[in-house]
Amino acid sequence: MTRYLTAASLVALVAGGGAAFAQETLTIGAVGPKTGPLAGGAAVTYWPNVQLWAHDVNEAGGIQVGDTSYMVEIIEYDDQTNPGQTIQAVQRLATQDEADFILPPYSTGLNLAAAPIYDRFGYPQVTSTANTGNVDELSDQFPNLYVTLGAASGMVGGLIDVMTELREAGEIDNTVAMVNVADAFGIELAEEARPLFEEAGFEIVYDSSYPLGTQDLSPVIQGASDANPSSFVAFSYPPDTFALTEQAIIEELDVGVFYTAVATAFPAYGERFGPAANGVMGIGGVNADDAGFQDYVARHLEVTGQAPDSWASPMVYSTFQIYQQAIEGAGSIDRAEVSEYIANNSFDTLIGPIEWDENNNNPAYWTVGQWQDGTYRGIASTGREGEVDPIVKQGWGE
Amino acid sequence: MKGMDTKSLGLAGLVLLVAAGLPLVSDAYLLSIGVTIAMYTCLATSWALFSGPTHYISLATAAFFGIGTYTTGIGIEHLPYWMLLPIAGVLGAVVAALVGVATLRLSGVYFVIFTLGLAELIRQIITWGQNVSGAKGIYVLTSITEEHIYWQLLGLAALVFLGGFLIWRSRLGFAVRILGDDEDVARHAGIHTARVKVLLFMIPGAVAAITGAMLAPRYVYVEPSIAFTPMLSFQVVIMALLGGTGRLWGPVVGVIPFTLLWEAISGTFPNQTTLLLGLSFLVIVYLLPRGFVGLIEGGRARMRAGGAMA
Repeated sequence: MTRYLTAASLVALVAGGGAAFAQETLTIGAVGPKTGPLAGGAAVTYWPNVQLWAHDVNEAGGIQVGDTSYMVEIIEYDDQTNPGQTIQAVQRLATQDEADFILPPYSTGLNLAAAPIYDRFGYPQVTSTANTGNVDELSDQFPNLYVTLGAASGMVGGLIDVMTELREAGEIDNTVAMVNVADAFGIELAEEARPLFEEAGFEIVYDSSYPLGTQDLSPVIQGASDANPSSFVAFSYPPDTFALTEQAIIEELDVGVFYTAVATAFPAYGERFGPAANGVMGIGGVNADDAGFQDYVARHLEVTGQAPDSWASPMVYSTFQIYQQAIEGAGSIDRAEVSEYIANNSFDTLIGPIEWDENNNNPAYWTVGQWQDGTYRGIASTGREGEVDPIVKQGWGE
Repeated sequence: MKGMDTKSLGLAGLVLLVAAGLPLVSDAYLLSIGVTIAMYTCLATSWALFSGPTHYISLATAAFFGIGTYTTGIGIEHLPYWMLLPIAGVLGAVVAALVGVATLRLSGVYFVIFTLGLAELIRQIITWGQNVSGAKGIYVLTSITEEHIYWQLLGLAALVFLGGFLIWRSRLGFAVRILGDDEDVARHAGIHTARVKVLLFMIPGAVAAITGAMLAPRYVYVEPSIAFTPMLSFQVVIMALLGGTGRLWGPVVGVIPFTLLWEAISGTFPNQTTLLLGLSFLVIVYLLPRGFVGLIEGGRARMRAGGAMA
């Protein structure tokens, strides 16, 4: 078991003996992949935020409930990217460790596998990395399940709005090459995109997919290049996002819009491609100029030794903040009261205010971002502040 | 012999009855471990029914399991749940028969490689189907609880044991034993070896598919990477070998300690789970080369010898 009790919180614990406030400990569970296929993504987006959040809460003196301040103690389990293990670990947290609250698991599949357990034990499950187009049915079945990251339709809609804007400004024409990774989210995005492109007056001149784990993507880029499109859109996953960009640089793919999906917002992307990344668009974004976000990046670097990504990382942290604010707002550590508070309130988080629609869904999220002069900035959202204007891609040169 | 059969059947029935009472007395945590144990009991016991006597190591468990998971995932919208279990079983058996016909005439090593590839092959076919049809992730939203899943798995395990018990005493079982000892002898004795192997391979195919179909409601969301995880195939082999494949009850005495060990390690050392599991497996193989069955029977033999001397 890994437990975070920072030096600061220990000092606070000792000092707290003399203060007027009572000091207690709140046990918080966290289940996510440390091994298996999703361990890489979780190591960027999930685990550092668990560590940072616990650090931030304890350094600030804990979670305040009336006259009592609760230090948080985290119990982490590895689910090996296996839903059976996620279920077992959440059960273990609920019944053996008697966790007061359990942070949401990582990814759509693992969150939904655990949803019945959260539901049965009355744990609120404010997810940050689940992406689902089925919120109405899910919220009926699991009333304590919340979705914050957004849906594929919004992600694609944002991209097409940006492209329409550039087309109307005369920067690009209406030809698009579109490719997708043949796996769940890649398929869903492509499926949403086809009719929407058509509706917006775009012509898909190249439409192709490749299997998950494809090493050599040069045929994909060559095929797209031969169709001579004005825009290139790839609904891709982390390894192929990098591989497609690499190949586009080699082939000097000449397009006004170059878009790759998951992992474009990773700091590693900017480090790897440097100035060549300038103008690349990607899925999700953040208000990079927001002082709160910049402070978060600095703390993230200092506490975890690595930078956050510019899409899901701040969202993960924001959902953790919701737990804290709900416990303080409810004035209780009783799960039913905290769940009630989450359902009926809006929250002021790192990414801005979060309010729920009738399906416990956060309707305001970042949809598209872009690398601009070494920084990944949000350029489109469904109601977030701080969108900047998109720029047109000007080659891959130095 | 007849008397001993009745005795062991009675004993098995008693164990089953006790196991069925678990949800009534345990908390949710123990129950979730119970589900894992029941699931691997079905998978490992049916695996050993085929692989034990024939010595063909099958790594196709994940393929059949995934077929079953998708049968429930796709079918739950259209058909009542109870119909999906036999459908999954038939699908699993048919695929197993096709694979068997194609590979079981070959020597063991080709079979191992083919079964390992099978899960990936079916996974790619499903992904391709999703890509072409644009189908999204599949949701299995039902009112089936953990208790229901546990009891269903227990029922399936009982069927597997009964099936294994009956087969062992049938002409098929006799043929398989001869075949396992020496395939040439079996062929000369007039046994249609290929047919026997294919028939027997259909059992783990059907059982693994039904197990997958039963577990789909537990996962709520079905996607290829969840349904076809290759780890599952290896775990089943490890557990069955740990128990020992020479006896019908062999795999289950591997499944129980392995699941508990796994649980203890993941609960205590979440950051080193895989490493420690690997180490403990090495230790087990070194100390228990014939599995727990060998240990138990060796102990029994020693006790008998001791009793005779006294």
